[in-house]
Amino acid sequence: MTRQDATPLLEVRDVAKSFSAVAAVRGCSFPLYPGEVHALVGENGAGKSTIVKMLAGVHQPDTGTLLVSGEEAAFAGPADAKAAGIAVIYQEPTLFPDLSVAENIAMGRQPRGRFGAIDRGRVRREAAELFSRLGVRIDPERPARGLSIADQQIVEIAKAIGGSASVLIMDEPTAALSAVEVERLFAVVRTLRDEGAAVLFISHRFEEITELCERVTIMRDGAHVSTDLVRDLTVDEMVRRMVGRDLDALFPKQDVEPGAVVLEVEDLSREGVFRDVSFTVRAGEIVALAGLVGSGRSEVVQAVFGVDGRDSGAVRVNGKRVRPGDPRSAMAAGMALVPEDRRQQGLVMDLSIQRNVTLPRAGALARLGLLGGGGERREAGRWTERLRTRYGRLTDPVGTLSGGNQQKVVLAKWLSTSPRVLIVDEPTRGIDVGTKAEVHRLMSTLAAEGVAVLMVSSELPEVLGMADRVLVMREGRIAADIPRPRATEESIMFAAMGQEANT
Amino acid sequence: MSTVRTRPAGSAASSSGSSGRNPLAAVLRARELGIVVALAILVAYTTIANPRFLSAQSVRDILLGASILAVLAVGQTIVIVTRNIDLSVGSVLGLTAFAVGTVVQDNPGLPLPFALLLGMAIGGVCGMVNAVLVRYGQVPALVVTLGTLYMFRGVTYLWAGGQQITADELPRSFLSFANETLLGVPWLVLIALLVTVAAGVLLRNYRVGRELYAMGSNPEAAMLAGISVGRNLLGAFTVSGALAGLAGVLFAIRFGTIDAAAGTGDELEVVAAAVVGGVAVFGGSGTVWGAALGALLLTVIGNSLAVLDINQFWQNAIVGALILFAIGVDRLVAARTARALKKRNSHVR
Repeated sequence: MTRQDATPLLEVRDVAKSFSAVAAVRGCSFPLYPGEVHALVGENGAGKSTIVKMLAGVHQPDTGTLLVSGEEAAFAGPADAKAAGIAVIYQEPTLFPDLSVAENIAMGRQPRGRFGAIDRGRVRREAAELFSRLGVRIDPERPARGLSIADQQIVEIAKAIGGSASVLIMDEPTAALSAVEVERLFAVVRTLRDEGAAVLFISHRFEEITELCERVTIMRDGAHVSTDLVRDLTVDEMVRRMVGRDLDALFPKQDVEPGAVVLEVEDLSREGVFRDVSFTVRAGEIVALAGLVGSGRSEVVQAVFGVDGRDSGAVRVNGKRVRPGDPRSAMAAGMALVPEDRRQQGLVMDLSIQRNVTLPRAGALARLGLLGGGGERREAGRWTERLRTRYGRLTDPVGTLSGGNQQKVVLAKWLSTSPRVLIVDEPTRGIDVGTKAEVHRLMSTLAAEGVAVLMVSSELPEVLGMADRVLVMREGRIAADIPRPRATEESIMFAAMGQEANT
Repeated sequence: MSTVRTRPAGSAASSSGSSGRNPLAAVLRARELGIVVALAILVAYTTIANPRFLSAQSVRDILLGASILAVLAVGQTIVIVTRNIDLSVGSVLGLTAFAVGTVVQDNPGLPLPFALLLGMAIGGVCGMVNAVLVRYGQVPALVVTLGTLYMFRGVTYLWAGGQQITADELPRSFLSFANETLLGVPWLVLIALLVTVAAGVLLRNYRVGRELYAMGSNPEAAMLAGISVGRNLLGAFTVSGALAGLAGVLFAIRFGTIDAAAGTGDELEVVAAAVVGGVAVFGGSGTVWGAALGALLLTVIGNSLAVLDINQFWQNAIVGALILFAIGVDRLVAARTARALKKRNSHVR
């Protein structure tokens, strides 16, 4: 499908960019041809985001050139990149929540009628046309506030094609989507590709790259490693090139003989969210909670931990009841919850790394009610070292770390409480393979030490690789309890979609 | 992955469609309607208690007062929708009132339109100072305009040095403009209406207006969308300053007596008018219509309490309660809207 003989729509040629003496990107080149989906992969911090920002006109390359349809181009700002036909869909949606969806799509290039005023009718009609072309139902008149992440991405795509962009850059668009939503997104991307657009697709999920992309550019430490056809590379080879070494195993699961039941959840219900949820987790066991996004997985673990209330049911740790709606009581009982959204729920972004790590134990570390530097620093240093966190100084704000390292800080924060039950909600969302493997190894080690681990995950390979048992949720109920030997991608998806193996 | 496509279509498609109108617009309309209803009740009650409240003189007083406040509130709205604030407007009003008053005093033959334009020019320059400090100083507008509030006021005191301009020092033609009407409507009211309509159309129907809302709604996204954030910011503060300057000239015309303290504290009343009128202080939403109605409501409250012979203290308390009420209603409506919008989302699942 790729028209390799054609002029690339966009070419990155030997660009370099440094931020205060740190080289973020050096000597990176690759072309984007019309009609191709091109994957850009690399660990967090490999320089992908910097490339994206240069293509978007946010940053300007220090050296090297960008070529648009063979012509050299310099983008002074995002407006220039947009004018050159480059549309960027960022990981964090960039919609205007107070404006209508139609206005969001038309922003900056609203059709004008009499006296140069915006033709509001046409703005609405054009949005409606775009949505019907994309095959989605979103009311163009509704405000963008409250749209699901998946719908926000569809609106971003509508924005891009409405502005007749020929190059679409998608920075981890699937990170927060369920399988169904990913499939819908891919269908849209394929249509755009077939219409001759070039798509640069950034993802940490290899199955998506092999499914969607023709070629893949791999980056490591800011440098270009290779650009190849995806079908010529194995996943192992891609991983090796990304991390520059062989990973021992992607899922280093240790076999552990499960011990006594530690966490017991009985008939947990909350009106309209989940119903009659019962399960147990033994010491040394890793239990995965799988299911579609919206099936109630996160809500269940939040109710177990007590962040949210529950209408009925009981939660016991080592046979002792945990009070409902009281995270302190859950923590006292030895539970820890690593939440899904680390920026919102897991970390205080402006506080230092060490303060974040020691937050749950601030009371124990304080002397006479005051937090002195010493104890806090020692404790934080110990845990960040164990998790191989990369940081400048312990006193840096945690917001300055990369996504993977932030996740390690969240983990460190809870591990420092020596939990008996560790609940992790999407532990590896948006972090790179190298860090992923470290997080997985850590979970496995913890289980081997006798911690009961409950993991919510949307990534099937992770579920299959890590879990001793898979609980599949569907519409607020536990639809299946699948032991490791019987757990396959098919058996889990069937249970999650409500179709037994008769399709 | 092919299993994904075999899902029953029925569960996927809820009937969201185009059934609902824009709920946010409905809320805003409800807000403006609410103010009108509150106004009607207030006017009716006060009139029953004291029929003189609707006498020509009293109505004219209210309308002139509301006009000046509305001009300021419209300018403030343009700044607030960009998630900024202009606290210097009271001082700009004082400075321009004194400056234009002095010029008119020295040049009795000066045509009135020129006096109005001069006021707007002085105010516009003050606004630009604010914009440049906010944009290039990377300092929040709250701090910058708090600083210029004192600075502009200081300049006025320095200049006036305790002297004041009195009505008999100003040319009659200048002052009589306050009484002149077109088809029975005072010119001051017409000017306020013109300003409101022009700003309303600009904000609603022109690209730059929508960009101002976009900037307030999500500043980072506005930058990424290629909106000229700096230019728009400069424009918004300049317009706010120019309108404060215009209000300063109107103030001079209406009262005739100007000292260095003119307009002291007005900035808070202006922000209150905008907030009561449904302009969100965090930017991105609200209309100049609401702000202008808010200005009218606050002026009527002030006058009716005076007519009803109620203590000044109660006026302040009532305005305070009204602001809290307005914000409370906003939160409630926002929560409801959010819930409603979430439900309409369900077609993905």
